[in-house]
Amino acid sequence: MTTLVKPEEEMRFILATDVGSTTTKARFFHLKNGEWRFLVAGEAPTTVETPYEDVTLGVRNAVREVEEMTGHRILSDDGNSIVVPYDGKVGVDLYCTTSSAGGGLQMMVAGLIKTMTAESAYRAALGAGSIVMDVVARDDGRRPHQKIQRIRSLRPDMILLAGGTDGGEVAHVMEIAELINAAEPKPRLGTGYQLPLVYAGNKALRPRIEKLMKERFALSIVDNIRPVLEMENTEPARNAIHELFMEHVMSHAPGYTKLMKWTSVPIMPTPAGEGLAMRLIASSLKMNVLGVGLGGATTNVYSIVNDRFVRSVSANLGMSYSVANVMKSAGLHNIVRWLPFKINEEDVASRLMNKMIRPTTIPHTLDDLVVEHSVAREALRLGLEHHKTIATRLKGIRVQRSFSDAFEQKLDDTYIKMMDIDIIAGTGGLLSHAPSRIQTMLILIDAFQPEGITRMFQDSVFMMPHLGVLSTVYEKAAWSIFDKDCLVRLGTVIAPSGTGDSDEPVMAVELQMPDGEAIKDELKFGEIKCVLLAERKEAKIVITPQKKFDAGNGPGHKVEDTVMGGVVGIVLDARGRPLHLPENVTIRKAMLLKWFNALDVYPKEELRRIT
Amino acid sequence: MRDLRMTPNKMELATSKEAYAYTPGLKVKRAMTITKARRLPIRGEVCVKVGDRVSFDTVVARTELSGSPEIVNAALLLGIENQELPENLTKRVGDKVAKDEVIAKSNAVFGLFKKQVTSPVDGTMESVSDATGQIIIRGLPIPVEIDAYIPGKVVEILSEEGAVVETNAAFIQGIFGIGGETHGKIKMVVSSPDEEVTADKITSESKDAVVIGGSLATLDALKKCVEIGVSCIVTGGVGHEELTTFMGEEIGVAITGQEEVGLTLIITEGFGKMSMSRRAFDLLKSFEGYMACANGATQIRAGVLRPEIVIPHGQALKKTSDRELAAGLTPGTPVRIIRLPYLGAIGRVVDLPVELQQVESKSYVRVLTVELDDGKVVSVPRANVEIIEE
Repeated sequence: MTTLVKPEEEMRFILATDVGSTTTKARFFHLKNGEWRFLVAGEAPTTVETPYEDVTLGVRNAVREVEEMTGHRILSDDGNSIVVPYDGKVGVDLYCTTSSAGGGLQMMVAGLIKTMTAESAYRAALGAGSIVMDVVARDDGRRPHQKIQRIRSLRPDMILLAGGTDGGEVAHVMEIAELINAAEPKPRLGTGYQLPLVYAGNKALRPRIEKLMKERFALSIVDNIRPVLEMENTEPARNAIHELFMEHVMSHAPGYTKLMKWTSVPIMPTPAGEGLAMRLIASSLKMNVLGVGLGGATTNVYSIVNDRFVRSVSANLGMSYSVANVMKSAGLHNIVRWLPFKINEEDVASRLMNKMIRPTTIPHTLDDLVVEHSVAREALRLGLEHHKTIATRLKGIRVQRSFSDAFEQKLDDTYIKMMDIDIIAGTGGLLSHAPSRIQTMLILIDAFQPEGITRMFQDSVFMMPHLGVLSTVYEKAAWSIFDKDCLVRLGTVIAPSGTGDSDEPVMAVELQMPDGEAIKDELKFGEIKCVLLAERKEAKIVITPQKKFDAGNGPGHKVEDTVMGGVVGIVLDARGRPLHLPENVTIRKAMLLKWFNALDVYPKEELRRIT
Repeated sequence: MRDLRMTPNKMELATSKEAYAYTPGLKVKRAMTITKARRLPIRGEVCVKVGDRVSFDTVVARTELSGSPEIVNAALLLGIENQELPENLTKRVGDKVAKDEVIAKSNAVFGLFKKQVTSPVDGTMESVSDATGQIIIRGLPIPVEIDAYIPGKVVEILSEEGAVVETNAAFIQGIFGIGGETHGKIKMVVSSPDEEVTADKITSESKDAVVIGGSLATLDALKKCVEIGVSCIVTGGVGHEELTTFMGEEIGVAITGQEEVGLTLIITEGFGKMSMSRRAFDLLKSFEGYMACANGATQIRAGVLRPEIVIPHGQALKKTSDRELAAGLTPGTPVRIIRLPYLGAIGRVVDLPVELQQVESKSYVRVLTVELDDGKVVSVPRANVEIIEE
């Protein structure tokens, strides 16, 4: 456990960095009028690659920017370290960092049964912030030699091996272990060290695993991930992954040995920091949260539902490097369906391919912006679909089915129900840099299709990973900054589930505004509206849905609640769930235009010009 | 301090000199010293020494990968318990075994029923497990060699890994490619950079050549290249649909080089019909008939790898300067616009306003003004230009 170098009440300055794959982002925080606040950001290119091959150079450059903007010196005279603690003139009281440079943490996962121990191991590895390159299981459909070939071709940073309940299966777990051992996988970052392997399987096999694997691997043995079928215990494996990430992986990446000396807080993979930040929202507000980090290369989705935390990463869904893969996975027609103007599909494909090969370019024209927003909707939709395949009930256990369940076709695997999600939080370049907040909010609404009453948050200046790692040592400061400077309250969306016919009544809404004004409205199917309600303001709401629609208390049942305002306000969404876009191109375009104009998503005049 | 949460625009102000990374232009150089580190994937033996002259196909280092392991479910095949396996072996761990050689056998019912297990490959007995009843046979080592790729001189030995080869050459980077390392003589098949390469332009004379086209290669032309045996084709652009059909699958992520499509393809400008830049076209044309080494491998992530054409010429031409890159963007810097609505346009920087400016998409971004070749002055986001190195 890391301890602070000064008592909390004496601390004045905190520095956090994220060493990203392309940019190193420094965030500088200070204590102002007794509150921890964000002060300034500095950024510089990451220096993990040749000719620099030393990440601390990028960190130093980013910190120098902070120094230039604030006049506050942080680096030592020779620039070779960060001065900790603050001595009244120079330095900071705490420095912490996350990292995803050089491809982040790349893992291979193995278990006995694909849907049981292998799936639990998969969730543990993802929860630890890794990119999972492959999941090997006895029943994964590949023959042993194919698995061996695959393992030999991978160069992971680490392996997580699970399998068997405690006191359960022996021989088949050893089969997987022998297979991995025989394949002799090599670590990604060079050949001069042993590949770390975490064993989190049947505890009865520990001596045999140790005998078999300790020669070839840096072996770490932790508690079983599935000690009994009814229980998943991912925390010990996750902690071991973080420790090994520091000890074995980071220490072989260029400059990290030095960076590790600069900070007393363990360096954490960026998505692990982001995940902690999402958990901070859930624990502080005591609500179910669905979070997303929509990046250039990957999309991370996080859910905290009834205190269960799950992360998924779609390694090739993103807005720049992976933009063409979104097109490939979603299908070009699914991207084009969000465009309110006529455009040749091949033209859209060329634009996206050109974005992929020149990933740092940004939309100049409105139509280019709208095309990117359409891609974002599909990347998020696919990211959530993927997340639902991971956020599942534990398989392999007997499920109690009620009388009413007997009439259901099948029991849903995922427990993510949009009606149960209280907060949606988004972060990532496209969401943060959208020219207006309503664009971000509508992208999230269209992609995730929240149901009932859902608050919408957004990261202001990318700093969720920074605050996540900070929360491991100083949660109070992390939450203060998070609440006041990081989380932008977009507003609340009210969206009953159910579908109907055009112009059919969906719901009546009564809002009691903070200034005493009462607003009443009735929405018809296909309509979407916005009522302004400022950030940190609340309004009482009464929603009376028609009998085909459910606002949270069951079809046709009234809902009374308090809703939170935001920079956008209260969005009343009567477009139905699931949201349906007409097949007919003319009707669809007219409908999209109506929605965009109703919320002032894009400038009306310019939109009319391009449509 | 500014309130960060009011609008995205104000937020951008708070991040000051936020990374507005301009794209360093793709290199189009008449003469430069090219060095290539040629490394083995694992440690091995280096076959050359400093000062050696090498050709593109000279082996500079070789090694052996450990053979593939083969798993034999011996206990199951013999019909015995897993823990009985060690006493039924006819070979010991570490022994060499030949394909079909007996490695274990069992006797049942007083020796009346005999069963035996043979090795599926030539190799070595690596392990025997009484937990799983499996025998693992390690196959014969797999030889791996690495060649020089470019002709030139060995200037450094990378101990147990390979060597660094150096040559004086013309060097042209593409923006995207598929297919790996290859070589051939430069052959022009069009007369101007805006001309399309159609199938009729690919003749038997293009066999083994590095073919230079103009704005686009049609699907039929690509197929004809494979049919004739062209080594590499270089064009300004390629259609997304044509490329997908040609490859048999859609490109998702720009990490390429391993494709086996019978051809290396390099595009210099982007997707769609795009005229090759005049400089690249003229440079390639001036080396027609020269032997060129080309590689389509592209990796657009951190540690960007772009496809390339290296034309060794050994001539002591005056090296071109890197002044523009070192200085960054300044008034007068020649640039190419790399995003709509001026995609492909070339001009010179006129001004670099410090303040954020609103562009048509309504985003506030850092911009620059450029005087295009046709005299028109336009304002574009700085992120949407690349420097042309002169």
